[in-house]
Amino acid sequence: MAAVLSTRGCDMWLRSYSTSLYLFLYAPIALIVLFSFNAGRSGLAFECCSVQWFGRAFGNPFIMEALAHSAFIALTSAVIATLFGTLAVFGLQRAGPRVRLMFDALTYCAIIVPGIVIGISTLIAFISLFDFINPLLASWIPAAPRLNMGFATVIAAHSLFTMALVMVIVRSRVDSLDKALLEASADLYAPPMQTFWRVTLPQISPAIMAGFLLAFTFSFDDFIIAFFVAGSETTLPIYIFSSIRRGVTPEINAVSTVIICLSLLLLFTSRHLQSRRTNSQESQHA
Amino acid sequence: MNAAAHPQSVQPGTALSVGARQRRSLGRRMTLLMLLPSTLWFLLLLLMPLLIILVYSFGERSAVGGYAAGFTLDNYLNLGSRAAAFSNTLILAPLGTLVCLVAAYPLAYFLALKVSKNRSLLLTLVIVPFWTSFLIRTYAWIFLLSGKGIPALLASFGLEDVRLINTPWAVLIGIVYGYLPLMVFPIYVSLEKLDKRLLEASADLGASAFESFRRITLPLSAPGVITGVMLVFILLMGEFLIPAILGGGKVFFLGNALVDLFLQSRNWPFGSALAMTLVAMMLVIIGVYLKLVARYGGRPVDSGV
Repeated sequence: MAAVLSTRGCDMWLRSYSTSLYLFLYAPIALIVLFSFNAGRSGLAFECCSVQWFGRAFGNPFIMEALAHSAFIALTSAVIATLFGTLAVFGLQRAGPRVRLMFDALTYCAIIVPGIVIGISTLIAFISLFDFINPLLASWIPAAPRLNMGFATVIAAHSLFTMALVMVIVRSRVDSLDKALLEASADLYAPPMQTFWRVTLPQISPAIMAGFLLAFTFSFDDFIIAFFVAGSETTLPIYIFSSIRRGVTPEINAVSTVIICLSLLLLFTSRHLQSRRTNSQESQHA
Repeated sequence: MNAAAHPQSVQPGTALSVGARQRRSLGRRMTLLMLLPSTLWFLLLLLMPLLIILVYSFGERSAVGGYAAGFTLDNYLNLGSRAAAFSNTLILAPLGTLVCLVAAYPLAYFLALKVSKNRSLLLTLVIVPFWTSFLIRTYAWIFLLSGKGIPALLASFGLEDVRLINTPWAVLIGIVYGYLPLMVFPIYVSLEKLDKRLLEASADLGASAFESFRRITLPLSAPGVITGVMLVFILLMGEFLIPAILGGGKVFFLGNALVDLFLQSRNWPFGSALAMTLVAMMLVIIGVYLKLVARYGGRPVDSGV
């Protein structure tokens, strides 16, 4: 360690700088949590202490509805993204180099195009599509409901982007798989499907899980794409955004505190699952 | 993974048996089936929408808003009317990326090379904010930057009348706060992989600590720096929330202009032209950046020795 920038002053500077950066990262979050226990009604002056805003938030039908919508959209789009993305990664293992190159370009494109452009372009595409389909539908079945922007369009737009994320994550794990294990399995006369279930899948399932959680979080957190394609439906970020515009309220702080706790729970659960899995694998190898 | 990939599973002495050939065509159909959903998704939700936007960007605005067919370059020629959004984005996105990099590097360095115990906890603590709602984290800064927050604190030190909220400074702070974790992580990964023996060798050969840092640590962390810069810059170019919440409609990014054009004034052709220009700009900037990096990185690191 002697050669790592080693003057004592430098070390001390690094340590205090890092500490202050952690403060910078956490002070705003702590402030929101603190203010969600505000006894007063003002968003900007703190009086200790009350949990009334949590009660109000949970009693607010708009908030609960938005929360349910967001959870439904995030779960569905993450399942679709994980399924399609993982299937594609395995398909690509069997496909030719030209197909792989094309998929690389598409994945790269989906990730690099800003969310806002994905939101706009899918909005326009859906509107054009519905303008085309709805008259046809009406002429065939007069009583048919008109297709409109809503859950399905948000799920579709979210799952496009998150599918690309899942593909990147799962692919990097698949590429780093130990090929010798697969060969060994084949040499021992395991049929391909058995090799897949017993050798490949256990090794990449943490990556699939990580992809799923990332997809869920992204969708649950996304504002801008949903803002364009949700039509008249409200997701939680859309609700929060529109209430921020009307002013800071302790109720929104309470909702935020709940969301922060939920995402912490999710993050630590996923880390715990992953570490337990790798530990058990290591002990199996040992 | 299919039969053809394992020649040992084919009977010796025969060419591909009929069964193996059948299995191979089955395998090919299976491959197609596996790639079908993602291909459909990419086509229907990425390529087709982008194509429509491209077509729209040459169209005309219909009387009720929306799109009317036509071919005109007016939308592109008219981009100058959104010059403020362009200049804000093109100044604050690179600047924000740079500030993020400068702020993140020492922390990544500290975590990778100076911490031995609690490292995984400290690293998790950097990532946690990134997993909590971006909207809420940005919203938190309304408290801190408005009159009763940091300006009040500064006033108690004698700095009166500092206005932060709804200024470019507020947007810059929001950017650094929002994207710092995304910059720290890749730099940490590349520093953590660095072979510590190189640094010991460098010290043994009489290099000063600074010299070792400049000649070894910095160049070897370049992949992480490049990844971090790309990630943050890409996200910043399409940023909407931070300027909307902390810029208060006064500091406008291209993203805000796009929301205005599509959802408020409903000028779809002009909005499409703006969106296309944004994508094209990003591709050009990223392309040039990667080329510069390749040229720079291609030079031997120890050419001066």
